[in-house]
This record gives sequence, C-alpha cells and structure tokens, in this order.
Amino acid sequence: MTAVLCRHFGLKHIETAEDIASDTFLKASENWAINGVPDNPAAWLYAVAKNKIKDYFKRISVFEAQVKEVIKQNETEAEPDFEFNQQNISDSQLAMIFAVCNPNNSAKSQICLALQILCGFSIEEIANAFLTKSETVKKCLHRARTNLRNDNFQIQSLRKTEIQSRLDTVLKILYLLFNEGYFSKTNDQLIRKKLCSESVRLALVLTENSLTNTPQTNALLALMCFQSSRLEARTNSKGEAILFDKQDKSRWDKSLIERGCFYLVNATNGNEISKYHIEAGIAYWHTTPTDKNKWQHILQLYNQLILIEYSPVTALNRTFAFAKVYGREKAIPEAEKLNLKDSSYYHGLLGYLYAESDIDKAVYHYEKAAQLTKSRTEKQTLTKEIERLKEENCR
Amino acid sequence: MKEFALIFRLKDAADFQPSPEQMQERMNWLGSIAAQNKLADKGNTLLPVPGSAKTVRPDNVVTDGPYTEIKEFISGYIVVKAATIDEAVEMAKGNPIFKIGGNIEVREVLKRD
Repeated sequence: MTAVLCRHFGLKHIETAEDIASDTFLKASENWAINGVPDNPAAWLYAVAKNKIKDYFKRISVFEAQVKEVIKQNETEAEPDFEFNQQNISDSQLAMIFAVCNPNNSAKSQICLALQILCGFSIEEIANAFLTKSETVKKCLHRARTNLRNDNFQIQSLRKTEIQSRLDTVLKILYLLFNEGYFSKTNDQLIRKKLCSESVRLALVLTENSLTNTPQTNALLALMCFQSSRLEARTNSKGEAILFDKQDKSRWDKSLIERGCFYLVNATNGNEISKYHIEAGIAYWHTTPTDKNKWQHILQLYNQLILIEYSPVTALNRTFAFAKVYGREKAIPEAEKLNLKDSSYYHGLLGYLYAESDIDKAVYHYEKAAQLTKSRTEKQTLTKEIERLKEENCR
Repeated sequence: MKEFALIFRLKDAADFQPSPEQMQERMNWLGSIAAQNKLADKGNTLLPVPGSAKTVRPDNVVTDGPYTEIKEFISGYIVVKAATIDEAVEMAKGNPIFKIGGNIEVREVLKRD
C-alpha cells in the first residue's frame, strides 16, 4: 500500500504515505473487530486509504491556500486520479523495489529499508533478524531514507533503461535478503521464514513484469524455491540445526521443488549464465537422490561458481563437494590450501575431513570451530560431535 | 602478491579436445586455485585448429597455424597470484596437462601502466 501511495506522490512523501497506510490498518482493526472482516478486505483497505488521501490533500490545500496564492495549481494536485487496481499495485511495488534498492545506500541499509517499506517489518523485528540494537537499525534507516529522498530516482516511471541498469542491484539485494533469512544469525524461526517468504514474494513481483522477468530473475527465484523447500527439515523441534545429510527428506516441500524446476527452466531462455543460475543448479542437485554422479555435478558447478566470484563460503563448499567425490583423504590438502584460519566453517570442514583418519586432529579443528562460531546452536552441534569423537577414541 | 602467467603447451592437436573426465580434472585444478583466491585472470583457450590459427611473418608471409615449424603449440593461459615464482610453479605442478605430454611455462607478469 505504501508502495502505491509513494508511486503516486513521490518518495518525498514517503512518511505521509506510511502514515496513511498505518492509519488505514488501524481503522481496519477497529472496524473489523466490531463489524467483522468484510468480504473483500483488500478492497476495503484501499477504499479507506483513498478517502484518507483525499482528506489529507484537502487539508493541505486549505492550508496552502491560506499561505500561497497558487490555489489552482494545488487543487489539480489535490484531486489525483488513481486507482488501487491489481495492475497499479504490482507496478507500484515493482517501482518501490527499484527505489529502495538504491546503490547509494550500503547493501545492509538497502536490506533494512526493503524490510521496513516493502515487507512491513517493525524496527524491533529487523533488529532481531540482524541481532543488533533497535537504535542502530533506526539510525541506519534514517540515513538511508535521507539518501532516498535526495536521490532523483523517479518512482513514477518504470523506464526500460532505468530498470535494466538497476536490476542487478535489485537482484543482489533480494538474494541477500533471502540469505539473511536462510542463514540468519537469529534463532527465531518465525522471522527466518518470514524473511525467506518475503524475498520470494518480491522476486515474484519481478517475474510479473516483462522488463524484469529476465533469465537471471528466474534463476534467483528458482534458487529461492529450492532452498525454501528445505526450511522445515533444517531444524528440529528444539530449533537446533540438522545437517543436510541427516535431514528427513520427506519433510522437504515437493511443491516448492517443482516450482524451482519451473523457474530454472525459464531461466535458460537466454545465453547468459549468472551466479544465480549456478547456485540454483547446485541447489537443484541437492534435492535429487544420491547417485554416482550427483556430487560430481555439484563439484563442477562449484568450480564454475568460484571462477565467477570468489567467496570463502563458496571455497569451503566446493571443498566439501570435492570430498564427496574423491574422498575425505584427498580433500584434506585441498582444504588446508584455503587457509581460512579465522573461519569457524573452515575448521568445521577440516574436523569433518579428519574425523575418519585422525581423531585428534578432527577434535582439534572442531574445538577451534566451536571457539570461533557466534551461533549458539552451531556450538552445541559441534560440542556434541567432539564428545562423540572422544568416546570413539577411547574405545 | 606478484602475478604469473601460466602458459599451456600441447604437442598434439588431437589432445586439444579433452574427454569429459579430462575436462573435470582441468576444472578441478582451476577451481582449486580460484578457491584459494589466487586466480588473477581465468585466461582463455587459444584455438589451434585450421582457420583459427595463423602466423604472420616478415614480407607478408602468412602461414597456417603455428605448427609448421615448431612441434608444440600454445593451447591457453591463465594468470595466478603468488608471493614467489616457486609458489606459482607449485600450483602449475597439479595441472593434468602433464598426463598428455603437455607442459606449462611460468612467467612473471610485468604490468603495463
């Protein structure tokens, strides 16, 4: 709703738009509590919002009329002709996504803004997701909003050139938003799921417009679907992480896997191979039953991915896939070459690789990993593994 | 960190078309260097086939391919980051090209400004 309003009035009035939106929902909660939920709640909300806007502009124009003499001009502005129809809503959301994903802001503040404006998260929820203080989030959002207002990005128009030049940034932010949920520092399952589903929703908005429905967008959406399919299976009832090998595959969401395949096929309509394509490919292979070539496919995709963009996580995952294909023994020198001594995942991987051949070394690395990790559940999982190995050693 | 070009040479043009297994080995080697964040440039393959290779000599003499006079031909190159040439040589040693009689020349890169 904020998106539709902003598109109409411009980003300068984002606060007003947000006020009207929240007023509308307030009124809804009062009214619906007494009269029950109307047949078409969305239409009801938009009708109320529309009236509130008219009121707002009437007030403004009265005020302006007393101060200025340019009443006529204001009146034309005061009676904006717009509709909350499906087309306008999805176009406006798209425009808002593009406005929020502004490269002038840091990636982190873009994500915060997206969460607040596009996903309707409260400051507390954002702080919770990032494990930071509300005050920090508030400051970050304030700075980001000031930048947005000063930016002359035109939210009304969705011109081809602007969309194309900013689509990469938009996809990157949606990718990070999803990862924030999928690999979140927070243990709050609800927030994690909400982050993931919101990024899927926003990516879906992109597929609804022919300008943004690119192979890359589809690849990203496929990746999100494949990853989301494992959300339920990834944690046990206590919220502890379950490693991939030990997950109950019947808890994977088959319909999401199917949708992932659908978007992955759409993503091949073109010649470009982006890192989203490759990551979606890797995620796809993970959903398939183990056969003799599965990990070879995954390893080769990781080889391609690391050539496109180096990241320590990719390097470590690649080595894990290498171990799956060529055995842990051969993967040890590969892993040690990475030399990522400050990473808990690096030591976690070496612990895993040594577990079959050299329990002392395995324990040493698992202990290092437990020291370095910031996640409590991770620490628990590692400690359990260390105890198991020590027991095995005594026998 | 210095940069070194690794220049691949093959003896037989028939070896240029790798089998899927050879391709996997090659990619594993390249991926391993990239995973250490030591790949400066993933380089390119240089096609040795007729029509894709010519040598220009003085007096407008143009010959097909490089293989009329020398037995080896350059099949490609990459650029790696390493502290010393010895480290770059160590990286080169893992390449599967030696299994098919190829060799690798390691050369420090002096960048043009």
